[in-house]
Amino acid sequence: MTSQPLHIHDDKIAHLEEKANEIRRDLVKMLEHAGSGHSAGPLGMADIFTALYFHVLNHRPKQPNWKDRDRLILSNGHICPIRYVCMAHAGYFPKKELMTLRRLGTRLQGHPEKDRLPGVETTSGPLGEGLAQAAGMAYAARMNDDTWRVFCVTGDGELQEGICWESLLFIAKEKLANLTIIVDRNQIQIDGFVEDVTGEEPLRDKFESFGFHVIEIDGHNIEQFVDATEEARAVYKKPSVIIANTIPGKGVDFMEKKFEWHGKPPNPKEARSALAQLRTLGGTIQSEHE
Amino acid sequence: MISKTVKLSSSLFNNPPQKPTRQGYGEGLVEAGAADESVVVLCTDLTESTRSNLFKEAYPKRFVQMGISEQAMAGIAAGMALTGKTPFISSYAAFSPGRNWEQIRTLIGLQNTNVKIGGAHAGISVGPDGATHQALEDIATMRVIPNMTVLVPCDVHEARKATVAAALMTGPVYLRFARANSSVFTTTQTPFTIGKAEVYRDGTDVAIIAAGPILYEALKAAEALSKSGRVGSAFGGKRIEVRVINCHTIKPLDKKTILAAAKDCGAIVTCEEAQIIGGLGGAVAECLAEHHPTPIERIGMQDCYGESGEPAELLEHFGLTAPHIVKAVQRVLRRKK
Repeated sequence: MTSQPLHIHDDKIAHLEEKANEIRRDLVKMLEHAGSGHSAGPLGMADIFTALYFHVLNHRPKQPNWKDRDRLILSNGHICPIRYVCMAHAGYFPKKELMTLRRLGTRLQGHPEKDRLPGVETTSGPLGEGLAQAAGMAYAARMNDDTWRVFCVTGDGELQEGICWESLLFIAKEKLANLTIIVDRNQIQIDGFVEDVTGEEPLRDKFESFGFHVIEIDGHNIEQFVDATEEARAVYKKPSVIIANTIPGKGVDFMEKKFEWHGKPPNPKEARSALAQLRTLGGTIQSEHE
Repeated sequence: MISKTVKLSSSLFNNPPQKPTRQGYGEGLVEAGAADESVVVLCTDLTESTRSNLFKEAYPKRFVQMGISEQAMAGIAAGMALTGKTPFISSYAAFSPGRNWEQIRTLIGLQNTNVKIGGAHAGISVGPDGATHQALEDIATMRVIPNMTVLVPCDVHEARKATVAAALMTGPVYLRFARANSSVFTTTQTPFTIGKAEVYRDGTDVAIIAAGPILYEALKAAEALSKSGRVGSAFGGKRIEVRVINCHTIKPLDKKTILAAAKDCGAIVTCEEAQIIGGLGGAVAECLAEHHPTPIERIGMQDCYGESGEPAELLEHFGLTAPHIVKAVQRVLRRKK
């Protein structure tokens, strides 16, 4: 895949939306089969990851270590199921391998490991650390005059880690404009709603006061997301943060906005219900055949 | 008798010059930086006291000022290593690897990234700054991390060689340095190979295995015992000849040299300026218990913290000087079968 033109056409958006739905279904099947793993975050980030892997990123699935690839750093490693499904769909590995998630000997570890699965970039799970590594990569890339970009996905709960703010100070001071941070602002964490646990608002102001260019979007609007990545690319004197407001569990009504679904998979009955909802786009399609 | 092959200083016991091992780190960084453009140095607001300033002056574009943020430094260094750089991260050992242990475990150890951790101001010889700034647990906490190499140089020359050698090998390395001046008793000619302990003095009555500047105290203790050391009738009044081993690499431990010493001497004393629990003393005890059970006495910090004071006062107070090592040798000889 090569760099895409600035403007994204409506038919491409429709194609990506369809793809995101397909990816959500594989995600539910994979999580149910694994019997362990995170549901809410991966479903909530399905649209953005689909847009990244099938439009935004400059990457070569058959050459995962291609030196000029854009680096996608997943800082909140626990949402790796969505990355795995997108990677399988993009051709990094066979889709049937998705069913090995979290099993002994699998390349699809519960939290992703760099050396097990080519294309994963970093080992992540302990929160905040992807952001620091993304900063290191962006800094090194600039030293080398490399033109590839770094995208770093973080959770909003994750921003409570001190290392995030240490890293943000560094990124802002060094003006690492080749780095785009994507905050999954889904408002939930394990113990409850983010605003109840510690509170992060006004989040936009916090980033702006550090010296970031901030773009707020609806994280389920692929066009908005693609436009935001282009805007971030155009802002060449400052690093950018895309605050993506997402609905955790998006697409499955009984998971949406429920922090209880942060860290558990659907059981077989729940998975059947979830898949039916996704196939019928929440009941808007009357007959379902699958 | 002092080994000729290790080419120690001619002024070994004649007021050798005094320099801190951290100076060797700074000089080693410059040397490594000259040889390899991928070498970068990151530092957390401690540029001069870690001697990273020497590198900064030589290669300003490859020096990264982190501010006071040890956790981010470990992560940023890992990211740079994943992009082909060879980062050295510099701070006080109390904070790196003290504060950022988990980042080191995950991003440097588990990911097996080519990051070198330079911990300055380790040990109680930090002095007046007191217990908060005297890293004593660093050997234990780094040794337990898979993929990590742990080096504790004994003087400024060895510190320089260890830094250069760390840059030449691929993989995570922890390098431990001290703030205070210590005797410069090796030379540029003294051999240094990661993973290979060196016998500095031969003997078969007891072996002292030491790492860091305290090795000089061990050599002094061995000389004293050779001149006057006698242990009751059990030793038949003969002089005590001590083998002294420089075990600069705590991990991977040179088991061959240690087990040969255990077999030849039948009694071991370890010396370090760190917690004996999990430190060199712990590593040697594990090795002996597993392969060749041997009486052992361990000189080092005995599960306690340091405090403020002058370096020499503190080393004496906590039993880390030659007279204390002499007593430990006498104790272990009484236990020898």
